[in-house]
Amino acid sequence: MQETITFFSGFSTPDLWFLADAALKTLWISVLSISIGTVLGGIFGWMLHEGKWMAALTVGSILDIFRSVPLIIQLVLFYNFAPMVGLSLDPFASGVVILTIYTAALVSNVARGGIEAVPVSMRKASRSLGMSYWQDLRHIVLPIGGRAVFPAWIGVVLGVMKDSALVSVLGYVELLKASQILITRTQEPFLILALAGAFYFALSYPISRYAAKFEQRWAQ
Amino acid sequence: MIEIRDLHKHFGDLHVLKGIDLDVKKGEVLSVIGSSGSGKSTLLYCINSLEKIQQGSVKIDGIDVHAKNTDVNKLRQKLGMVFQQWNSFPHLTAMENVALAPRIVKGKSKEEALYIAETQLKHVGLGDKLKNYPSALSGGQQQRLAIARALAMEPEYMLFDEATSALDPEKVGEVLDTMRLLAEEGMTMICVTHEMGFARDVSDRVAYFHQGVMEEIGPPEQIFYSPISEHTKKFLANVR
Amino acid sequence: MFEYNFHWRPVLKSLPDLLQAGLLTLEVAVLSMVIGITIGLCLALMRMKLEGPLKWFAVSWIEVARNTPVLFQLFFFGFGLGAAGVNLPPYVIIVAGLSFNCAGYLAENFRGGFQAVPDTQINAARCLGMNGWQTYTRIIIPQVFRIVYHPITNQMVWAVLMSSLGMMIGFRELSGETQFFASRTFRIFEYFAVTAVVYYVIVKLILGSSRLLSARLFRY
Repeated sequence: MQETITFFSGFSTPDLWFLADAALKTLWISVLSISIGTVLGGIFGWMLHEGKWMAALTVGSILDIFRSVPLIIQLVLFYNFAPMVGLSLDPFASGVVILTIYTAALVSNVARGGIEAVPVSMRKASRSLGMSYWQDLRHIVLPIGGRAVFPAWIGVVLGVMKDSALVSVLGYVELLKASQILITRTQEPFLILALAGAFYFALSYPISRYAAKFEQRWAQ
Repeated sequence: MIEIRDLHKHFGDLHVLKGIDLDVKKGEVLSVIGSSGSGKSTLLYCINSLEKIQQGSVKIDGIDVHAKNTDVNKLRQKLGMVFQQWNSFPHLTAMENVALAPRIVKGKSKEEALYIAETQLKHVGLGDKLKNYPSALSGGQQQRLAIARALAMEPEYMLFDEATSALDPEKVGEVLDTMRLLAEEGMTMICVTHEMGFARDVSDRVAYFHQGVMEEIGPPEQIFYSPISEHTKKFLANVR
Repeated sequence: MFEYNFHWRPVLKSLPDLLQAGLLTLEVAVLSMVIGITIGLCLALMRMKLEGPLKWFAVSWIEVARNTPVLFQLFFFGFGLGAAGVNLPPYVIIVAGLSFNCAGYLAENFRGGFQAVPDTQINAARCLGMNGWQTYTRIIIPQVFRIVYHPITNQMVWAVLMSSLGMMIGFRELSGETQFFASRTFRIFEYFAVTAVVYYVIVKLILGSSRLLSARLFRY
């Protein structure tokens, strides 16, 4: 029996590129879904705020489903549902659709919280200065409410970025799937897992620290 | 008897108490006045060992508060303390607030502790609020609850740290009345206060603190009508 | 356009098995939460009260748990430890992974809870002659518990949702069991749709009972 002691035994430079490429895919699917999802979530949040119980009953309860069912189940369901209605979506597109809706569901709550964080008196003041409803929303509510819920939004962003790993269930080769493939082939789990973990950590940790600092500064 | 000898207290570079000598006899009511930052609240914290001291000693009935082998928890049972921010325990009803310490610190039975609590709450005029949570009580009521909570431990001395400073003006009277009641019952009290009327009418002696030094101490008539120190004169002229 | 024929019969036939697996999901989530709360409390106290290596151990645990994907953490307990010769059964992997993750998130909730209880409460308790232990157990912890009650409830929901990753490591909780049946019958959509409903019901049951319990627990 032969012990493999060499650290880089099965792991070679092309493998590193393979991982780096997969990391870019993780980034790309995250950025795409988070961007669209945030815009949609903002609109839903505004609807929840303005629409009162009507919106809560319709939009609210639909979005609630996406927060109450595991993401992985949503992905499998949608991937298998799309062909039934004649859509042929690849794993990437299915992943983007579900991650986007998932982001929107989480952001809608954050956005509504942001709108409600702006004191009514402040909004009355802006309207009394002659601002229109939309001007008030754009120049008063967005900056003030946005600041209030910025840390919560960052929380959602980082959550979705990490959850994007689940798109691998559809066979999309993002970072964790790539790691899994490499581990099976090279039998170097520690090195590869450390690389993958370090990538997520290097991305997530500074941003979460920044959000925490931001929150502290505004709490004072 | 509380005996304080050459007490020094530093917060880092800040010399907050600069050699205090003070005796408080059983049954005496002492009011401590002075502007904020004069060290008068710190004095109370040093008496019941919530703050460590750097020099000197505090003895209560002959026991050195800051000695290593002193059981502070035991000693604190002799000393009731009431804070500026009343610090009621929000998760307990008025009755439970008062009954907790007698039960777990003194080891009284539940019935006994509840009986004590009810008695003390009636004593401070909260007989109709037994089952209320602090959030349902006004500031003045919460402060009286804090007094009842301290009294339930049957303390021999009561320390009041600006007990009325955080209250709405219209609630000050009810708390001062309760303190007055205690004084009449013969409780030994040290009251750090901004209420000059209370200091003048209720105390046996008044001490004026200025920048960590006890400038002057004496009967209220002396302090209020013929103070010796220039600092005392100036302070009293400003508060009137 | 819509040419798919739904077949619900096989799903209904295996419904008892799915519900049984749902109980396993709950078991895994509850167990992970119990372990997570215990460790999380220790980590929070270590981070707040200690200096030196133990503090850094706590900080590292918390930050890794919060800044890497759960799936990564499960892979670590799976492949990672497997490579080191420690082959854990799937049940242990999932409980270890979820406990690790929950402990990290809950530790930060606990820390926030402790910071929210004013120091003056400690003074007040000490003045009544209570010792350190009595002050913590009778005065501080009950107040912290109320503050972290809702975060704990949310974390419980997360634990249920995260346990669905059992499917990725060959553990047959609700999602794993669903995949097992789905792959045997090729009725993927039907199976996962029913499972989504089961998850939704579990989540709503948790939130509902938590609300009932909180009304009983916190009367102030």
